[in-house]
Amino acid sequence: MKVMIGAFVAALVIASLAPVVLNQFGWSSAEQAISESVRLD
Amino acid sequence: MNFKLLGAAVVALTVLAFSPAWAEEAPAVDRTATGGAQTLEDILRRQEQLKVDESFRSENLGDPARAAPMTDQLGTRGGVSDAEVWRSIRYNKIDPTVQSPGPANGVMIQDEGIAWYKLREGPVITYGGLALLGIVVLLVVFYFVRGKIMIDGGPAGTTIERFKAIERFGHWLLAGSFIALGLTGLITLMGRSFLIPVIGADAFAPLASGSKWLHNNIAWAFMLGLVMTFVMWVTHNIPSKLDWQWIKAGGGIFTKSHPPAKKFNAGQKIIFWTVMLLGVSVSLSGLSLLFPFQMPMFADTFGLINSILGTSLPTDLAPHQEMQYANIWHSIVAFVMMVAIIAHIYIGTVGMEGAFDAMGNGQVDIEWARQHHDLWVAEVEARQGKGGSS
Repeated sequence: MKVMIGAFVAALVIASLAPVVLNQFGWSSAEQAISESVRLD
Repeated sequence: MNFKLLGAAVVALTVLAFSPAWAEEAPAVDRTATGGAQTLEDILRRQEQLKVDESFRSENLGDPARAAPMTDQLGTRGGVSDAEVWRSIRYNKIDPTVQSPGPANGVMIQDEGIAWYKLREGPVITYGGLALLGIVVLLVVFYFVRGKIMIDGGPAGTTIERFKAIERFGHWLLAGSFIALGLTGLITLMGRSFLIPVIGADAFAPLASGSKWLHNNIAWAFMLGLVMTFVMWVTHNIPSKLDWQWIKAGGGIFTKSHPPAKKFNAGQKIIFWTVMLLGVSVSLSGLSLLFPFQMPMFADTFGLINSILGTSLPTDLAPHQEMQYANIWHSIVAFVMMVAIIAHIYIGTVGMEGAFDAMGNGQVDIEWARQHHDLWVAEVEARQGKGGSS
């Protein structure tokens, strides 16, 4: 049972770390909404 | 990657083809009386919620080649009227210039979203929900008809190691994340229909938001668990002649016999390959939903299907359409997996005496092992010089 609980905790740890790691590599959904510039010329 | 989705897409199309609402063809309508526009017959069919061929709209977008000279009336339109321009916008058939560049910023209206919404809120929820209820009812009936599968003669009291700690870790990583994904997925899919009427929109909002966060992020644990279990167990799950004997005997479930089996019997192998194949498919469609601009999959898959089968599936898909196809496929595959896993959970817990120990502490009763996996026990005992019980 310890292994089972350990695996559940590991799943939650992975879930918590996933957005942080993805942000580090630039895989953020926020990035998609940002444009580099708005040209008015 | 698209090859991996090919089989999945074929199954999806088969499912859709058997759905009466999708399989029904709209009859050809003579529109000469209206000059190509909507007819009374179209209106009547729509009122009866029958399929209407909308191509008289979606393909009636004007033709710059037939533009009137600049000196004539409408000449400045370039052969395209206001109505035709708006139809082009509705069906995403124009290539507008937008100030904020982005992969989907040029899509102003995405008409196919209505069909996706109806399919998602209708058949997917209805048939998916019925499948889940159906398997639960079936298992309850089975339990009362067959009863719990007991160890013949009772447990021996001595045990043998069935799964190592790393195997159990991989299994529970996959299982725990799958249950979380299933529950949060159901909340996301069905919450609007079933939860908001009960708990209200204010209470549902944080639940939906939390479900989305957990669903998106715990998916990585699911994929890791999938890879771990595949690597550890694939060699034990290669089909053999022995499996056919097991299947012919129905696993001994109704005859109360014990057909021979190695580490995994045919039933377990079916579960293994179901989880692996559908797990890869649901992961790919999930990744496509997480990264729609980096990992669109359905346009290429449809292109491949078209080249093989000669079909005319759409291959020019907006990012929204890619996500809609991925979303529907993701839901269908997830429902099939949930049905299989509910049956797996049943047989691994209340359905069979001694089965849970295999994944609980890794030690199973030697008599249970001899009855359900006799050839595997013989292998282990041969390896350990017949001193294998622990």
